Amino acid sequence: MRTEDNLHHPFRFLTMTAHPPSPPIISVRNFTAAYGGNVVIDDISFDVFPGEVFVILGGSGCGKSTMLKHMIGLYEPAAGAILFEGDDIVTAYGTQRQEILCRFGVMYQLGALFGSMTLLENVRVPLEEYTDLPEDAMNLVARMKLDLVGLGEFLHHMPAEISGGMQKRAAIARAMALDPKILFLDEPSAGLDPITSAGLDQLILRLSRTLGITFVVVTHELPSIYTIADRAIMLDKSVKKIVAEGKPAALRDTSDNPWVRQFFNREAETG
Amino acid sequence: MPPASTTRPPAWATAGPLDGGGVRLQLGGRLTAQSITGVWNVVEEALRGTVPERVVIDGSEVTYCDTAGLGILMEVRSRVEPAGGTVDVAAWPENLRPMLDLFDAASFREPVHPRVEHARLPEEVGRGVVQLYRDLVVQLTYVGELTAALGAALLRPHTIRWRDALRTAETAGVNALPIVVLIGFLLGLIMAFQSAIPMKQFGAEIFVANLVSLSMLRELGPLMTAIVLAGRSGSAFAAEIGTMKVNEEVNALVTMGLKPVNFLVVPRVLAAVVMTPLLTLFTCLAGLLGGIVVMLSLGFPFVTAYNQMVNSTDAVDLLGGLVKAFFFGILVAGVGCMRGLETKTGASAVGDSTTRAVVSSIVLIAIADGIFSVVYYFLGV
Repeated sequence: MRTEDNLHHPFRFLTMTAHPPSPPIISVRNFTAAYGGNVVIDDISFDVFPGEVFVILGGSGCGKSTMLKHMIGLYEPAAGAILFEGDDIVTAYGTQRQEILCRFGVMYQLGALFGSMTLLENVRVPLEEYTDLPEDAMNLVARMKLDLVGLGEFLHHMPAEISGGMQKRAAIARAMALDPKILFLDEPSAGLDPITSAGLDQLILRLSRTLGITFVVVTHELPSIYTIADRAIMLDKSVKKIVAEGKPAALRDTSDNPWVRQFFNREAETG
Repeated sequence: MPPASTTRPPAWATAGPLDGGGVRLQLGGRLTAQSITGVWNVVEEALRGTVPERVVIDGSEVTYCDTAGLGILMEVRSRVEPAGGTVDVAAWPENLRPMLDLFDAASFREPVHPRVEHARLPEEVGRGVVQLYRDLVVQLTYVGELTAALGAALLRPHTIRWRDALRTAETAGVNALPIVVLIGFLLGLIMAFQSAIPMKQFGAEIFVANLVSLSMLRELGPLMTAIVLAGRSGSAFAAEIGTMKVNEEVNALVTMGLKPVNFLVVPRVLAAVVMTPLLTLFTCLAGLLGGIVVMLSLGFPFVTAYNQMVNSTDAVDLLGGLVKAFFFGILVAGVGCMRGLETKTGASAVGDSTTRAVVSSIVLIAIADGIFSVVYYFLGV
């Protein structure tokens, strides 16, 4: 039985990966995404389990970001259900939908920090809107989140005054403002140098292990995938379905799908 | 003791004296951002006044704690420890213990001060003057660049991006027709009505036609058209080019060896200088129509009102207005594009550019109109 408390067990992660002990925190069922009449993803289903780092990967144009945007409720699927602990975000509306939205945070590809606010103010926005904490408490909590992502010294910097990697970390801090159980990250490593990218990977792993946050990450950065992913699904635009599911290293070494092996071995198209 | 279980909130706290001096805080329930406001108030109350030498936190009844809940511990430590006191966590659920190591309370001792940039008056004035000088240099450079680009473009018309110019003429000119016609009609109508009342006292209602036709053709037609275009199209130019600047599209032009002024500004200015006089013509016509409607309601036949208007103005009045409109068009498009190119980084910068474009355009239009009035006076126009 899953409780929020057992997420914080120091060895939770290792046991969970091998034998998921809990019901899924996210269930995608018979999901179809389409733009107009053009089907991008056709009838797929998968589960994300509490505390794992789950990666959605695939080639360019396969629908990774589309999948993510449907999961976070920005787009409405052509068919299917997206369940957060049993509650369908597709059919939810009003306060129920609001309640589901509070269960997760999202880091967008370019950070999407509010340019007219300092980092502290950015992180404070969800706290101001969803809690009635006193101002000092909000400042402290926002500061703790920024400290957690290594930006404790940059509270009063504007987003334009910090680097791309720092903006992404600040975006993670903002996404964590209300301590959601799930964080969605859209291309966290895109456009970052290897050192910054590795630092971000370490941050994801640290947050996953210490706070028990479930991560759903969209990326196609192979080094990052090998470092952070507990489990991955791979989308293929030619069949519009999941063509592989499992641990990335295992998929690379044992998959019987030549395209999957080609992807993981970074081999160019032939012919 | 915790509150009675029947009314127990999701998170709760009690504070009491500690044997041997100090404060004992008992925390319980789910300590989350949404639930800890009451807990926070209890802690604030317990630490108000003299900071206790010793605080013991009993978290044995805590069932869940997120980082916001952990903030309570940080707050207690950051207030008690700098004053030489000690904070002991007597009990804390085993499964939540790893979280206690996540933060260093020493990091949070300094209170959060809002970002305030202190500057003395002389410093402010100095900065202002330097900024003004820089702006002036940028604007003069821009005016020079634009003049050169327009001259070169007119000498070699095939280098002009006519497709962009036509598109801009449609969006900034043709699509603005309904609004300028409406404004012009209402302006003529209101002016005629307002002037008819005092003129009636002197039996001079017929001169309402003179007033409307002269003021519309010479002054209000071009002025109102320019102001509407500044709000509608000048701001759009600033926002579009500003967004291109933020997205590094302007940098892409530069690295392709293309001049942003030639590529982006010249087509817009050309479109504006053609469309502003045309729109002014429609504004004037609509204004005259508004005046005629009032004249008809005052009992004058259409022919009388028409003849009065035609006889009170001549082609020079109309031409004077159109020349003004021509220059207003350059101002609106030129300033809108300049503010767009000056855009810094971030979404708010685009908003700033748009605001500055509208304000600068309107101010410059008013100044230019004043200059035209003086020049026309001396030319006897």
